[in-house]
Amino acid sequence: MRPAFFLKESLRSMRRNVVPSFAALASVLVTTLVLGVFIPVVQATNGAADDVRKRVLVDVDLLSGASAATVARVRAELQGAPHVKSVQFVSKQSGYERQRKLNPQAFALIGYNPLPDIFRVTPDRPENSGALRAELDQSSPLGVRLVSDPAIAAVQNRQAQTDRIVSATRVIKITMALLAALLVIASVLLVSNTIRLSLFSRRREVEVMKLVGATDWFIRWPFVLEGLFLGALGGAGAVALLAVAKVTLVDPLANSVRLISRPDMIGFPLLIAILMACAVGVSAAGSGISLRRFLRI
Amino acid sequence: MAATDATSLEAAQPALSGSTHPPAASEPSAIFTGPRRGSHPRAQASARPARVVEFRGASKLYGAGDVGLERATFVIRRQEMVFLVGPTGSGKSTIMRLLIKEIEPSEGRVRVAGRDLCEIPRQKIPFYRRNLGVVFQDFKLLPTRTVYDNIAYALQVTGASRKQIRATLPEILRLTGLSTKLHSYPHQLSGGEQQRVAIARAFASHPPLLLADEPTGNLDPETSIGIMQLLYRINRAGTTVIIASHDSGMVDRMRRRVIELRRGRIVRDEASGSYGGREESTDELGERLRREVA
Repeated sequence: MRPAFFLKESLRSMRRNVVPSFAALASVLVTTLVLGVFIPVVQATNGAADDVRKRVLVDVDLLSGASAATVARVRAELQGAPHVKSVQFVSKQSGYERQRKLNPQAFALIGYNPLPDIFRVTPDRPENSGALRAELDQSSPLGVRLVSDPAIAAVQNRQAQTDRIVSATRVIKITMALLAALLVIASVLLVSNTIRLSLFSRRREVEVMKLVGATDWFIRWPFVLEGLFLGALGGAGAVALLAVAKVTLVDPLANSVRLISRPDMIGFPLLIAILMACAVGVSAAGSGISLRRFLRI
Repeated sequence: MAATDATSLEAAQPALSGSTHPPAASEPSAIFTGPRRGSHPRAQASARPARVVEFRGASKLYGAGDVGLERATFVIRRQEMVFLVGPTGSGKSTIMRLLIKEIEPSEGRVRVAGRDLCEIPRQKIPFYRRNLGVVFQDFKLLPTRTVYDNIAYALQVTGASRKQIRATLPEILRLTGLSTKLHSYPHQLSGGEQQRVAIARAFASHPPLLLADEPTGNLDPETSIGIMQLLYRINRAGTTVIIASHDSGMVDRMRRRVIELRRGRIVRDEASGSYGGREESTDELGERLRREVA
């Protein structure tokens, strides 16, 4: 009896308040839609920024003619050093092959292999590449270089490039985080304001209900159910639009444009689930909570 | 709980107590065979009628020294019909709001059916209010519901089933003369009809106490007489009725107990006995009121 009664009450109130109900539905739809577009965009942007940051490396050149034992020793030292995430050895020979492939004429002209054995060291965080370099290649105030291992000829961290990458990606990440926060706040405010407005127009009704002895939850349930319905409808509408956009716009481009589809990006089913949960949860909870103000009689 | 007077509690709060006294066959007895275990207040009328409402030095201060009510002390017994009169701001509405526990007294005690209202916790207020019928000057109907649904809502909040509601409502509709307006919405009704709906809703669950705050304030004299007759009939059926009004002419003609207030103080409390009137039927009352107005 009770659930059926509440269901009927909420349906009645939606029928009797078509315009406010539609406004709530539309605002849920729009915010869900924007959120649904924004989540993948943020992810793609952050992923791209991370890709770029992964390119920050410290090159450790060895003196030419390093023996296998020396290489193994230096590798162990590098792996033990602070701020090191991974160490990749590029031997004289493999470096030569790769460079020759890129620029065959130049290397044909040189006629021999000028490259040293190199360790490509990836720092644990891009910001630490400077510290890592300083660790491996300490210059004393007197100008005497104190390389940590006698077999190391030079340590380079491509200072200018690294700085640019670190600062640019940081700006992008902060901007995206700010935008995301702003969007979430705006969505919550928009939805809660719409709910508040439609509740405000019915505050007298709530007052009367309280005066004839209705308990808070007796009044609240129909409102919560109404929020649930409108949230689900708005969310479903947004998801339908997103699905159409995905099939017609994103999927054809996914293979050619790397930015759009990343392996670690959120899957469409998960995205839908999150959006629906948000839409339904926010509107149902919003209706129930906003009502509290009018129940204090 | 200060329920020293057990009889009064049972009589005035049939829904809370488990008592099942048979309805007495006075006036329209059918209206008391509602969905709730209705104990007719008259069924156990003792020599000394129980105290339904008791104010003991109750004061209410609104904010900065605004006096709503000052040390009001009075007792209203079962089956009484009492008028609260006085100009605007004299404290009539404060008494009403104290009784529906919309506000708390700043000082003193307010008891209903022997129970101190201050002791009722917030979440129990709805259950307390189900034992009251409340009627307002501005009707306070639910605008999106029909007459039938408006009255039914008062029963729905108590958890009554549709079947019980369908069994109860026709009697109330007949009593209030609304049988033909069942499916109208409040905005399609005249003021008098809307007030009848409000009274029907207040009386739907047969509360032992009915409060009416300026029930005829928005109505013309002839319609007012009809409303007063209706309240009189409800009172004759055993319900204690408290009416706030500033229409002193009407109040005098009703020849009932009058509590007059001025700036929050009780300045007059005249028992109905001073009129020396005999019991009238509802029709007699209506005739007399019309005669005296003319």
